[in-house]
Amino acid sequence: MTSFLIRRLLIALVLMFLISLISFFIITLTPGSPYPWGEMNPKISQAVKDNFRKQFHLDEPIWKQYWFNMRDLFNGNLRSIKDGRPVLGRIGEAIPATLALNATSIVISLSFGLLFGVWSARKIGRWQDTLLSVVMFALLALPGFWVSYLAIIGITETFGTPILGTHSFSLEYPDAISKLLDYAWHLALPATILALGGIAVQSRYVRASMLESLREDYIRTARSKGLDEDTVYYKHALRNSLRPLITGIGALLPALLGGSIIIETIFAYPGIGRLGYQAVLERDYPLLVALNFITAALVLLGNLLADVLYAVVDPRVRLE
Amino acid sequence: MDNRSPAQRMLARFRRDRIAMISSATIIVLALTAITFWILSITNVPFPENPNATDLQSKLQPPSFEHWLGTDNLGRDVLSRILHGSYISLTVGFVAVAVSLCIGVVVGAVSGYFGGWVDNIVMRVVDAIICFPTFFLILSAVALVGPSLLNIVIVIGLVSWTGTARLVRAEFLTLRESQYVKAARSLGQGSFPIIFKHILPNAAAPIFVTAVIGIPEAILTEAGLSYLGFGVQPPQATWGNIIADGKAYILDAWWLIVFPGVAIFISALAFFLAGDALRRAGNSKSETH
Repeated sequence: MTSFLIRRLLIALVLMFLISLISFFIITLTPGSPYPWGEMNPKISQAVKDNFRKQFHLDEPIWKQYWFNMRDLFNGNLRSIKDGRPVLGRIGEAIPATLALNATSIVISLSFGLLFGVWSARKIGRWQDTLLSVVMFALLALPGFWVSYLAIIGITETFGTPILGTHSFSLEYPDAISKLLDYAWHLALPATILALGGIAVQSRYVRASMLESLREDYIRTARSKGLDEDTVYYKHALRNSLRPLITGIGALLPALLGGSIIIETIFAYPGIGRLGYQAVLERDYPLLVALNFITAALVLLGNLLADVLYAVVDPRVRLE
Repeated sequence: MDNRSPAQRMLARFRRDRIAMISSATIIVLALTAITFWILSITNVPFPENPNATDLQSKLQPPSFEHWLGTDNLGRDVLSRILHGSYISLTVGFVAVAVSLCIGVVVGAVSGYFGGWVDNIVMRVVDAIICFPTFFLILSAVALVGPSLLNIVIVIGLVSWTGTARLVRAEFLTLRESQYVKAARSLGQGSFPIIFKHILPNAAAPIFVTAVIGIPEAILTEAGLSYLGFGVQPPQATWGNIIADGKAYILDAWWLIVFPGVAIFISALAFFLAGDALRRAGNSKSETH
């Protein structure tokens, strides 16, 4: 176990370094003006430009820029071009909302994915399985922003209740429970829409994994012992096909974090996604580098966690 | 005795599959529509109406016989805009996938065939890229280079080749041990012809499946970019930017949101289902996978 952990950590460190290279060079080497104002703006004198270049190390060779960028990111001195605030602070403010949104989405994806996947495997080759697989692909094919608008129209037209933001505006909560309920109400819809694709992907994985387990010898043994089908399915096969639920956490994260840009923008949810969209609109290079780096690093951590968790559950993995 | 080739048997299984037939028929209709309206666009034929002709007298009109899918806030005909926007989505889908296939196949083939430290380095890079939330990376890059059809296609292609590379690598790891590869090697053939003439054709079926599944993903990505204002720029209509323009009127003009969304949904679904049907048809072991 220890050697497994050490090997995984070393690989994660190498990947972290690669991630920092990719996030820095993709943003920096992309052609386009680095200034937050137009390249040809006549009101900006050469002195201002030089000063700006010096402040953000743009006059240094590219590998030095990379070094300054990462050093400043880690000691908290990397500043946004737009408002001069440290990027870590701005990202830190946005993390709780995103975490709440993505964690809820992952729970929704995993539970419904498990439900549909198991049911699909149970009805293999029958019309229910075919129908469910079409529905799952339909979930994948739905553009998130479109579903969001349809849902917003539907809910505001029928209930007339506010759903944007993290909570209702200027409300006095009589007690803690109603405050919690209000936050949960605002979280439910974006988290569900964000989870649609994840449900589809998870259910396909669970289904495939169930079908694989059902071909194993111990299933034949269980059946020949005369156990009823429910016990064979839910006790013997299901337990051995839960791998997608653990690896799924790592696999779902990048798609969710990417998807939350659109969902958070539409639902005015103050998380990483909305911050990222603002950074894109403002061409805020340091913030973009930091956001790409931190989101990828979060995904890496999620994967590492899933790997370790899986090695704890299944000792065979440690030897791979 | 079944003496058909694997490809023929795959095609036969595909043709027996009802979902496969419906989805590929949809794809053919979509492709014909896209080609037709691309030609109409470049020749400036206003059919059914000019997609960019504004008519403020009849703005935000609901669907009627005159405007089947209604008009937008500038009085432009929504049906014409959706039809004239169709080739953008399909072009992005096909070309972005072509770009990502080229990179993914070469990288995966080299990595899987040579193995060893080459494979180790390449796969670590792939692992690192997979950690990135793809949509955010694409959005950042497209926003910085400036959104245009060419830039969008290149950026999507450059970011999304990792899945193909992993798949091709896995295929090559098994196929390079096969008898015919050993035979070719012992006859003194170089690595290059072995990779591209002997192994690649035998890995074609799963590569083709990932390519088909990649198309709707690229279409949805482009729609998302368009929606955020970083797709192909107005006045060119795209399905995403019709919705983006319509969002200010969501409570008054539902047709601006609903119809272009249906177009995105149907085309993405058709490609997903066709891709899945291909995968099933290529899986010769049983019909139930």
